[in-house]
Amino acid sequence: MDGFWRILGEAVGLILAWDPDLIEIIGLSLRVTLTAVAVACVIGLPLGAVVGAFPFPGRTAATVVLNALMGLPPVVVGLIVYLMLSAAGPLGPLDLLYTPTAMIIAQTIIVAPIVAALTRQVVEDLHREYAEQFSSLEVGPFDRVVALLWDARYSLLTVALAGFGRAVAEVGAVIIVGGNINHVTRVMTTTIALETSKGNLQLALALGVVLLSMAVMVNAGVMALRASAVRAACA
Amino acid sequence: MREAALDMSAREPASRAEDSPAPLLQGWGLCFDAGGKRLVDRIDAGIRPRRRTVVMGANGTGKSLLLRLLHGLIRPTAGEVLWQGRPLDREGRRGQAMVFQRPVMLRRSVLANIRFALAVRGIGGSERAAREAEAIERARLHDLAKRPARVLSGGEQQRLAVARALACGPRVLFLDEPTASLDPASTHAIEELIREAHESGVTIVLVTHDTGQARRLGDDLIFLHAGRVAETGQVSEVLDAPRSEAARAWLEGRLYLDPPPRHPPPRRNVRNPRRGTS
Repeated sequence: MDGFWRILGEAVGLILAWDPDLIEIIGLSLRVTLTAVAVACVIGLPLGAVVGAFPFPGRTAATVVLNALMGLPPVVVGLIVYLMLSAAGPLGPLDLLYTPTAMIIAQTIIVAPIVAALTRQVVEDLHREYAEQFSSLEVGPFDRVVALLWDARYSLLTVALAGFGRAVAEVGAVIIVGGNINHVTRVMTTTIALETSKGNLQLALALGVVLLSMAVMVNAGVMALRASAVRAACA
Repeated sequence: MREAALDMSAREPASRAEDSPAPLLQGWGLCFDAGGKRLVDRIDAGIRPRRRTVVMGANGTGKSLLLRLLHGLIRPTAGEVLWQGRPLDREGRRGQAMVFQRPVMLRRSVLANIRFALAVRGIGGSERAAREAEAIERARLHDLAKRPARVLSGGEQQRLAVARALACGPRVLFLDEPTASLDPASTHAIEELIREAHESGVTIVLVTHDTGQARRLGDDLIFLHAGRVAETGQVSEVLDAPRSEAARAWLEGRLYLDPPPRHPPPRRNVRNPRRGTS
């Protein structure tokens, strides 16, 4: 037990010392994750809104597929993206394998279905309330989607934060397509896995503490948003 | 003498129906089925311009459905709705507005609720600003214009809903029990809004269970029973001397479970503007 506290103390020391390697890894993690979540939102929010708000043939099947894709195994996503980006793959000429862009692509594929599926549920519930008023006002399809996304903005921020939580903690896909190359594609989760295997527990634990802190902050952010939405009667 | 507000074929001689101003909105043989059950059964309805038509009847008799059919919110299983003699289309629906029993407030401010309604109708610039100001003034919500609409009281929300509907400049305003859960002061405020709208030329179609409100606000009355027209006429005549057993029982507070009234005879001598004399 003493060993744990000693290592934890050293890990906190690394964080407080603003260790350059640590900062670089955290910075890359945030850059990759935030970009992936942003792209996933650009894809998932309108897709979820359309599926949630409009009846069309195959809507139930689309809902089932979206929900199923929420549970996409990251290693499978990593493998598929690897095959696409490898030299023999269709996107090989782009030379993206083992770059942060490849990691962003993999994380986007993991997070977009989560954003889309949760958005669909939020928008469907809201549209059930608004549908007759929208029809009465003759609101067109585009205006409907925009209005629903805007009015559900607090819930959808929660959705985005859920996507962020999933992406930032992901290791399987990014290690396959990123390769965990030092100073290039090394992010928090892959570093924790590597440093633990090397016995460098201080750095691994320091990153673990940062990751946990992020999880706490994300949850605190979600709760604050919900409270704010209730106060503003927008929930 | 009674005037048929709705179901023009049912009771009135053809000459009488033809003397009336041409209906702005008509439903012909409207039927609506759901869950294998016929909820609206062959209703002929003619809403004449600038009149106030009250729709009454017990719970579950199809009043709200009739409003939704006429407003184009739901498609009839059979029959058709005509707007100025032509099938109700997007343009026709834009000439109408509806206020629901439970006001639907968007998750945004009072002013933004009105702004949204105007924006989706393509009204912008100075005209939109003027209409927003007029609607806020009309609903007496100046102090609450920037508050989230959903934190308003029930009465304030309903005033906003009526003002928002009127801001769009409808020729027909449908109101589905707009004061059902409001206190007397809020009810009075809503009735004032309806009265002002009518005075400005808006045709009113109101569903209510309140006979006092029907007398205060109505010209014509349609009484429904089991999805069919049981009786039509001027409000005071129907409420003071109902001819149908369904209306009589309802006014006396009796539960009336008898079979629905026999359907009115075929529309001989009544002119369907699209089909000629039938």
